[in-house]
Amino acid sequence: MLTRRAFIRRVLQTISGALGAASVAAVVFRRRAAANTKTARWAFLVDTYKCVGCGFCVKACKLENDVPYEANATRTWVERYILTKKGELLIDTPKGARDGFISPNVQLGKNTYREVKPDEIAKAFFVPKLCNQCENPPCVQVCPVGATYQTEDGVVLVDRKWCIGCGYCIMACPYGVRFFHPVYRVADKCNFCYHRISQGMKPACVEACPFGARLIGDLSNPSDPVTQYIMTQRVGVLKEDYGTKPQVYYVGLSKEVR
Amino acid sequence: MEVHGEVWTLKELFVYPNEYIYWSVQIVMYPFMTGLVAGAFVLSSLYHVFGIKQLREMARFSLVLSFALLLAAPLPLLFHLLQPTRAFNVFLTPHFTSAIAAFGIVFSGYMAIVASEIWFVYRKHFVTQALLLRQKRDRSLAESLLHLLYSVLTLGAYDISEEALRKDEQAIRWLAGVGIPVACFLHGYAGFIFGSVKANALWMTPLMPVIFIMSAVVSGIALCMLSYIVVMEARRRRVSDAFAPYQMTREQIRGVELQEVTITARYLVFFMIFAISLELLDLVFREYTALKSWDILRRVIYGRDFLNIFILQYLVGNLVPFALLLLPRLTIRRAVVSLLLVLFGVFMMRWNVVIGGQAFSLSFSGFMHYHLPIVPHDLDTFKEGALGAAVILVVPYMLFWLFGKILPVFEPEETH
Repeated sequence: MLTRRAFIRRVLQTISGALGAASVAAVVFRRRAAANTKTARWAFLVDTYKCVGCGFCVKACKLENDVPYEANATRTWVERYILTKKGELLIDTPKGARDGFISPNVQLGKNTYREVKPDEIAKAFFVPKLCNQCENPPCVQVCPVGATYQTEDGVVLVDRKWCIGCGYCIMACPYGVRFFHPVYRVADKCNFCYHRISQGMKPACVEACPFGARLIGDLSNPSDPVTQYIMTQRVGVLKEDYGTKPQVYYVGLSKEVR
Repeated sequence: MEVHGEVWTLKELFVYPNEYIYWSVQIVMYPFMTGLVAGAFVLSSLYHVFGIKQLREMARFSLVLSFALLLAAPLPLLFHLLQPTRAFNVFLTPHFTSAIAAFGIVFSGYMAIVASEIWFVYRKHFVTQALLLRQKRDRSLAESLLHLLYSVLTLGAYDISEEALRKDEQAIRWLAGVGIPVACFLHGYAGFIFGSVKANALWMTPLMPVIFIMSAVVSGIALCMLSYIVVMEARRRRVSDAFAPYQMTREQIRGVELQEVTITARYLVFFMIFAISLELLDLVFREYTALKSWDILRRVIYGRDFLNIFILQYLVGNLVPFALLLLPRLTIRRAVVSLLLVLFGVFMMRWNVVIGGQAFSLSFSGFMHYHLPIVPHDLDTFKEGALGAAVILVVPYMLFWLFGKILPVFEPEETH
């Protein structure tokens, strides 16, 4: 007769056996899947000298990627840096620069502005921001359910059907590129317009930029002009000390840039 | 259209456009609750494992309270999630590089330990009640239900011989022993969730898990002492109403109560010293090393959050109760005041870590103020507002009251 003890033992043996087999299979299939793909490595090049702060990129991004136009969240934005002759640093990005920088006044709070006269300015410039598609992405590391993941070609994506909305990824990103999508109520961020680049098109912001300040390239292709520029010219990345290995490269980065 | 977090966040100077206070009051409540769980359990284990006899009265009580708190501990997380119906995904596809992924496993493991310890402690009670009700001829519906409940709770183990009870005691000691590291892990791991966020200059310190454990034990002990006093006072009042020669007199109860509280207060003070030392060490170290982030942290700690940190947390929540507890001839009234202040202090510590960590922008060039929603106007402002937090505080006591209906939580122990 099957005793209770023997029954429990047999059930546990079956479960552990099945789990063991499943994990071996998972490892094997994963290796095979990884070996079969030929991959690009997407990278972005931002030339801050060329950016005039028109905000077309932000507008285009919002429309392309279904981010509510009026919502105070955006996948990409442009920052304005003004260093006054007195050494004061003023930074702003009103509505992420969706409508461009149409006023010389710098926004300091919700309805607070600081007037800046042209002769006060020592230097001023614009810096476009977007997701850095880090090689070592902290957002992917901290996602408790694996809803945020990195593709083989280096882009970090969010599975809207699986995200639980805990916000840990938002907390973990040193660049502040993530937010909760106001409609879908899950984490959202720039993905280099993955739906476009994987079809041979350019990201919406790249297409929209009238000055060529934004470029996308494939680092795995040595003859790609963006790759060649990054390899041969002096470029910088943002917040390197976090160890995230960002893949958005900047031309003309200044020490004031946050 | 509002982004989540926008309604309670006020930005100042340069803040990235997507930055808001995303982790609000419920994420303050979560470590506060798990802290109480861990602390209450450690207190009960001091008796069960280390045989500190003076804590006998408190041991059973805190074990059951710990369980009630434990059942309520995932609630703040559910309230916080934007997709609460998907919470189970954490069990389905745990992504183990995330500190949160282990939550389900650590949490259910710990729950299993506490539940089985309670079962062993009350097994004799279940059996006697089940047998008593079984013998009864004409049972009312309530009694029949109780009979069913107690019969199920025995899990079919009706042996309450000396030998069996001795084995139960062994099991309790063993479970309480295993439970201590697991309780510390459960809470230290809550500290790790914050301490490992490298993007956050205030959170990122390896001391965070240890700081969390120490303050957890402090808050847990304080809550157990406070609940114990409330219960004993109620019992004392009951005694005066009815003449019951076999019960303790009011003076006797007072005596036991004061003695228990005085002894437990010593352990409380001991853990408080550890907790405060670690927090101050962290602060001193940050100031001394003065990394890039210190500039903005200094402005938050000594400026914007000065009242919250130095007045409410350190002075009102630590220093004052510390002095009150250490002054000679402790009275119940003084103990109650100190314990309330200690709990408040630990709550403020959680607040200052969670909210304070989001008080400055990742750009180190701007600030964010948090306005706790008091009157809710939609689901978000209810869940992540004062009302939601109040719900979280009330639920464990409702559970505890419920447990008190079926378990003799307040009776002195006979067997152990």
